Amino acid sequence: MTTSSITAEVPRQRGGDAEAPVLEVRDLHVEFATREGVVKAVNGVNYSVSSGETLAVLGESGSGKSVTAQAIMGILDSPPGRVSKGEILFRGEDILKLPESERRKLRGPKMAMIFQDALSALNPVYSVGNQLGEMFRVHQGMSKKDAKAKAIDLMERVKIPAARSRVNDYPHQFSGGMRQRIMIAMALALEPDLIIADEPTTALDVTVQAQVMDLLADLQREYNMGLILITHDLGVVADVADKIAVMYAGRIVEQAPVHELYKRPAHPYTRGLLDSIPRLDQKGQELYAIKGLPPNLLKAPSGCAFNPRCPKAQDICRTEVPALLPVTERDGTELAGRGSACHFREEQLHG
Amino acid sequence: MTELTKSTSVAGDATAPAKGANAEAEPAIARVTQWGEIRHRFLANKLAVVGLGLVLLLFLTALFAPLLAPHDPYAQDLTNTLQDPGSGHLLGTDALGRDQLSRIIYGTRIAVVIGLASIFLACLIGIVIGALAGYFGRATDSVLMRIADVFFAFPLLIGAIVIIIVMGRGIMPVIISLAIFSWPTVSRLLRSSILSVREADYVLAARALGADTRRIIVRHIIPNSIAAVMAYAAFSVGGAIVAEASLSFLGVGVSPEVPEWGNMLAAAKDFMGVKDFLWTYPSIAIVLTVLGFVFVGDGLRDALDPKLR
Amino acid sequence: MAEFDKKDDAVDATPGISEVDVVEAATETAAVAAIEAPVDRGEPILQVRNLVKHFPLTQGILFKKQIGAVRAVDGVSFDLHQGETLGIVGESGCGKSTVAKLLMLLETATSGEVFYKGQDITKLSGRALKAVRRNIQMVFQDPYTSLNPRMTVGDIIGEPFEIHPEVAPKGDRRRKVQELLDVVGLNPEYINRYPHQFSGGQRQRIGIARGLALQPEIIICDEPVSALDVSVQAQVINLMAKLQDEFNLSYIFIAHDLSIVRHISDRVGVMYLGRMAEIGSDEQIYEHPTHPYTQALLSAVPVPDPEAREGRERIILTGDVPSPANPPSGCRFRTRCWKAEERCSTEEPVLAIPTRFQGVNTPAAHESACHFAEEKAVLAI
Repeated sequence: MTTSSITAEVPRQRGGDAEAPVLEVRDLHVEFATREGVVKAVNGVNYSVSSGETLAVLGESGSGKSVTAQAIMGILDSPPGRVSKGEILFRGEDILKLPESERRKLRGPKMAMIFQDALSALNPVYSVGNQLGEMFRVHQGMSKKDAKAKAIDLMERVKIPAARSRVNDYPHQFSGGMRQRIMIAMALALEPDLIIADEPTTALDVTVQAQVMDLLADLQREYNMGLILITHDLGVVADVADKIAVMYAGRIVEQAPVHELYKRPAHPYTRGLLDSIPRLDQKGQELYAIKGLPPNLLKAPSGCAFNPRCPKAQDICRTEVPALLPVTERDGTELAGRGSACHFREEQLHG
Repeated sequence: MTELTKSTSVAGDATAPAKGANAEAEPAIARVTQWGEIRHRFLANKLAVVGLGLVLLLFLTALFAPLLAPHDPYAQDLTNTLQDPGSGHLLGTDALGRDQLSRIIYGTRIAVVIGLASIFLACLIGIVIGALAGYFGRATDSVLMRIADVFFAFPLLIGAIVIIIVMGRGIMPVIISLAIFSWPTVSRLLRSSILSVREADYVLAARALGADTRRIIVRHIIPNSIAAVMAYAAFSVGGAIVAEASLSFLGVGVSPEVPEWGNMLAAAKDFMGVKDFLWTYPSIAIVLTVLGFVFVGDGLRDALDPKLR
Repeated sequence: MAEFDKKDDAVDATPGISEVDVVEAATETAAVAAIEAPVDRGEPILQVRNLVKHFPLTQGILFKKQIGAVRAVDGVSFDLHQGETLGIVGESGCGKSTVAKLLMLLETATSGEVFYKGQDITKLSGRALKAVRRNIQMVFQDPYTSLNPRMTVGDIIGEPFEIHPEVAPKGDRRRKVQELLDVVGLNPEYINRYPHQFSGGQRQRIGIARGLALQPEIIICDEPVSALDVSVQAQVINLMAKLQDEFNLSYIFIAHDLSIVRHISDRVGVMYLGRMAEIGSDEQIYEHPTHPYTQALLSAVPVPDPEAREGRERIILTGDVPSPANPPSGCRFRTRCWKAEERCSTEEPVLAIPTRFQGVNTPAAHESACHFAEEKAVLAI
């Protein structure tokens, strides 16, 4: 897998060359109008993902990680939601400017999404084979019979045992893990360039989780797709991601290649998250806990959104919003692909 | 987005309530009572407010009918029959020379009394039976629900006519017959709502604390399942008023000399196409009343749903 | 498990309806006295013996015919010692939540006993049952559904006092509730607020405060943090650890997250398909597991450290957990086990210290229900 095209937001890659990312999100802002006021769910997110690359977007509920994905897919609940600013470049073209009919054509053949809850994402009144085949009938005008054959083929590809005899079964007849495989098969059906997986294994048991993650990684390699993996689980990310973007209160607070993030986090929030999860292989005393609660997006704190919970907050953190900037080694050399939105990122990294 | 809105209300720091950040956030939060919030959400719904206005108008008219009515609604003036709407009689007079406007105004009294009383009675029966069926389940549930089905399946007008024939004409028989055929919906609603609430974790939690059946029903199940019934009750007052008017129209409701909208329509049916004002104005009164209750019912349903918070 | 629990005969389990006072007044008083007696630290406070819960599967609308049973819990035994935390881990459908409900007497056990201070609580009723309920409390998984949305926080935490008026005199209750709020780290001024005005973590604190109100000896926690955000989970776990020391509580901590269970537990039991597969101290289970299921489970847990990860051997199980309505014969894990042999399908392994480790002073000498129990280090340590 390539890890070369990790871009912190500032030195932005110019599009056009062969190395151009499949997807690039630029300065994306999403707002939701609610009765209490405007909720700024996404506040200037930048990220990109290339073919064959896995970007993990890590964050807690309300961090904006899923909203960003919905904006990319064009399935944002709107109203109340709306993209208020920014660009989403798919193969260099800003898809936000496309009419809805054009965007619909992208969903399926070009980009697809896998949801957390496969049972509610699949339609309970149609058989699995019918739903898988629908992709081919609608997008490729295939006959019913051919579509069914394709559906069986797909089910085999995601390693569903006895695919031929189960193709006419309904979603509730499958176990959780099998349903998630069907979701994956559906996303893969038209061999899209980009797959967005929103907490694909959160609802699954540990032993099944491992199977599904492995499958997803294998298929991604095979089709050379870009994968955006949205999750709150630092463990899952460590397994499969090439690079990680950590989101907090609608912003990316840290971006880094996977190994570096775990070894040397450059943002106090990332550090806190890593310290607050108990480890299987060691039994500590008290867990480190990030104090306080995720921010209220209706009235986000001034300055850095993390400042009320940050152990290192200074005056500047309460007044100035830190930009996502590259971090450097002690000797001043820039660390490739790393960025942190902390006023004290160097201290955090080295100290 | 649900997580977002859920977690927004309290900004306080959980681990260290004494910390500065917490003290800052504290005064900003207005204390919202439950009813305050329900009222707020009800009033934010424009249609509900319109409906509430119509219902209030109906109640006030009924209350102050003697002050509002220009004439005695019973007074016949055989020299002035079938007058077109105009200066002397704003909405004209009927075949017996009675003032239409006054009769419509007095008609609100019957509508309010019968509408509210019959639904109140229906709710009383429906809540008791629905609660028993929902909480005890099994055989109790089966028996009670089959009884409800029988009443539900019986055509309301025919059933009401039978009861009125037995009991004689009057307001009470109308109220009773309407209530008898409206309670099954109330009990079904409450029952299904109880069935889902009964399995809620907070009911388990109360049982784990050792709470007895009465406490579980009164403190936990009823408050969380009654919302649907309240909304339905408001909604169906309108329906009861229409049914009551239909009974009077068929000549089995209140006695024909009583100023009542159904009676007015019955009297107007002989003059259709000739004196259309005789049926249009009572009909408008019925339509506005029913819409009022429907809007209020819808508004209540939305406002009472704690999930929409 | 939720599906099975729903279908249950909830009516039977409803207190006060169908219960007949079987215990006579004198024996009841004796039972209450036994329940109120203290237990020394480290002594068993709860002994579960052969606990079974089968949920009947029925067919037909009018005349319901039983066509089978979901064996949610099928013969589980363990002890809980005073002051310790017993973790119970397992995947969905293994019966761990049903165990919680059985211990809370929210479900009636099909068979088996639960001894609390020597009293079999599955057969109690009346005053003695109420006394047990005072001493065994529960923290629920979902902080959004476990609090009545139409009651204030004060009413929710104060309800235990209304049910057990002897614990706190009326005038004292408000102060007690505020104390409890303070104990769980919430502002006592929140007493008049409604649950929806709080975040998930804060609601879970409210649930914990309600559980603490009656000063119970045992708290059963059913996935208490799995619905919470990562950064909030640690707060709640620390709070629970603090409360355990402060109030000398014994916990049964049910979770699917092995890392959290290790962190908080003194002993850990691993459940699979309604049975206990292996039980031992946290060190025995995590560092010297002998049951293949435990080994697979441990190796599948994602470790938030890409480097530690690379040194590990991963055992990826094939297939899904079989249906508890129709569990495999013999050892229930054999259909997914790489060690399975003929013997596993005919002979059911008992939960005991494997013969090869008996009398040997090794951490592998702990109870494990496998014919071929052997040590296999799966965590890179």
